[in-house]
Amino acid sequence: MGVGIKVEHLNAWFGNTQALHDISMDVPANHATAVIGPSGCGKSTYVRCLNRMHETIPEARATGKVRMGEVDVYNGTPAVQIRRRIGMVFQKPNPFPTMSIYDNVAAGLKLNGYRDRRRLDETVERSLKLSALWEEVKDTLRKKSGASLSGGQQQRLCIARALAVEPEVLLMDEPCSALDPISTGKIEELIFQLKEKFTIVIVTHNMQQASRVAEFTGFFLLGKLIEFDKTEKIFTTPSDKRTEDYITGRFG
Amino acid sequence: MPNPAPETSQFSITPVSLWRRATNNLVTAAAVGAVILVLTPLAAIFAYLVYKGIGSINWAFLTQTPKPVGEAGGGMANAIAGSAYILAIASCVGVPIGIGAGIYLAEYGRNRLGDLIRFTADVLNGVPSIVVGIVAYGIVVLSQGHFSALAGGVALAIMMIPTITRTTEEMLLLVPNAIREAAYGLGVTRWRTTLSITLRTATSGVITGVMLAFARVAGETAPLLFTAFGNQYWNWKVNQPTAALSLQIFSYAISPFDEWHRQAWAGALILIVLIVGAVSAVRIAAGRGMLKGA
Repeated sequence: MGVGIKVEHLNAWFGNTQALHDISMDVPANHATAVIGPSGCGKSTYVRCLNRMHETIPEARATGKVRMGEVDVYNGTPAVQIRRRIGMVFQKPNPFPTMSIYDNVAAGLKLNGYRDRRRLDETVERSLKLSALWEEVKDTLRKKSGASLSGGQQQRLCIARALAVEPEVLLMDEPCSALDPISTGKIEELIFQLKEKFTIVIVTHNMQQASRVAEFTGFFLLGKLIEFDKTEKIFTTPSDKRTEDYITGRFG
Repeated sequence: MPNPAPETSQFSITPVSLWRRATNNLVTAAAVGAVILVLTPLAAIFAYLVYKGIGSINWAFLTQTPKPVGEAGGGMANAIAGSAYILAIASCVGVPIGIGAGIYLAEYGRNRLGDLIRFTADVLNGVPSIVVGIVAYGIVVLSQGHFSALAGGVALAIMMIPTITRTTEEMLLLVPNAIREAAYGLGVTRWRTTLSITLRTATSGVITGVMLAFARVAGETAPLLFTAFGNQYWNWKVNQPTAALSLQIFSYAISPFDEWHRQAWAGALILIVLIVGAVSAVRIAAGRGMLKGA
């Protein structure tokens, strides 16, 4: 089951540049939450702070409170454990190029020390079925490299890889921006099914996509959270003028 | 004023002009010529070695130790084995240190210490091999009290390290950061990511660097002169003087005997064949593990 994330007074920096200003935006469990806003507004930084990927960049740091269920994300738990529970899918598909499809999906488990072959086999099959890739790759699991798949397939492979470690939350940083409409449709369908089991946060440039897949939407501008509400409300009767300007295409 | 209709549509394909075709052919010919220039010396060396050396290669040459002056026959078996032995020692010492330093430079070395290591490696690369031999003599031979295979291996290892370090660094830096992020995102620790993801992705490039370093030192003579020293007999003890092909070629080539000159040519041919063979074998073995489309 997914868990919710509570975020209070989150600030993030790259060196001396502040990228996020005092963000308090909770992510409800077992729903899809969209993060929208123009380029450079801090959407990606926000989701990367949730699983402490932000701090892997040299000179990047963050302050504030992030809680996932009962766990304090920034205090007392090692970052690698947080990242095992909060999975991530990136903007550009990034399968491990020297690994087979099977090894790509099993990578998270194998590299964290799981060796039980039967459990690995089951997990790989279940994850690939969840990400709707199983039928397309089941005959070449061990023979073909992950990099030999098409872009859309690679992205679903990356989703399967993230799901294989059984996270409770899945962060998706513009997962469809490098994909054609058909692959995008498949991934959106996937998000619908996944949110029964996981909590999903999706960063997107595509406002139609946000309104299709997400129950909640947050609008970011210049590192600040302008408005956070039910998706329907954001897209029909936003309470802030700037949100209205953005979604009606007056800027951004 | 009415617009005149364009005579040809802007999408029509105009034939490539004679001038452009001529330029194209000229540049292609220049490139092919450069390739021939590069390959000619290599082919010439190999052909000359075969011409001079093949006649002296026989079963005895490959299985016997050298005969005393004046006696015909004998071979370089102990030198062939000695070269392999010394190179194995050099690789065991040099490859882990070189790759380890390369990993440090690529993954952690964006600081003063990293710059210092980079500079040191580049300088070390330019140090004459005879100087490396003297250093190994001072460190290993003097402290042990006698010439040894170990001293020869250490001297060659010192020469391998900078090449391996720098190529490993370059190859690891070519691995896109997105690949590292993918691993971090799965909750994989940094050291595990470096070893199992980054290094593995760069494997073929790193192997190229190792083979480059190996091939470079395999024929070195100067660093072995006063480290491994050479030996007329078999030796497998790591702390005893050991024969090496390059040393044997050197001492035979400067000798006054025709028979030894012929054996030196044969030894040189064997050395080249062994180096090419070793490099090819590693390449094929490494290529076997690759997947389709990787």
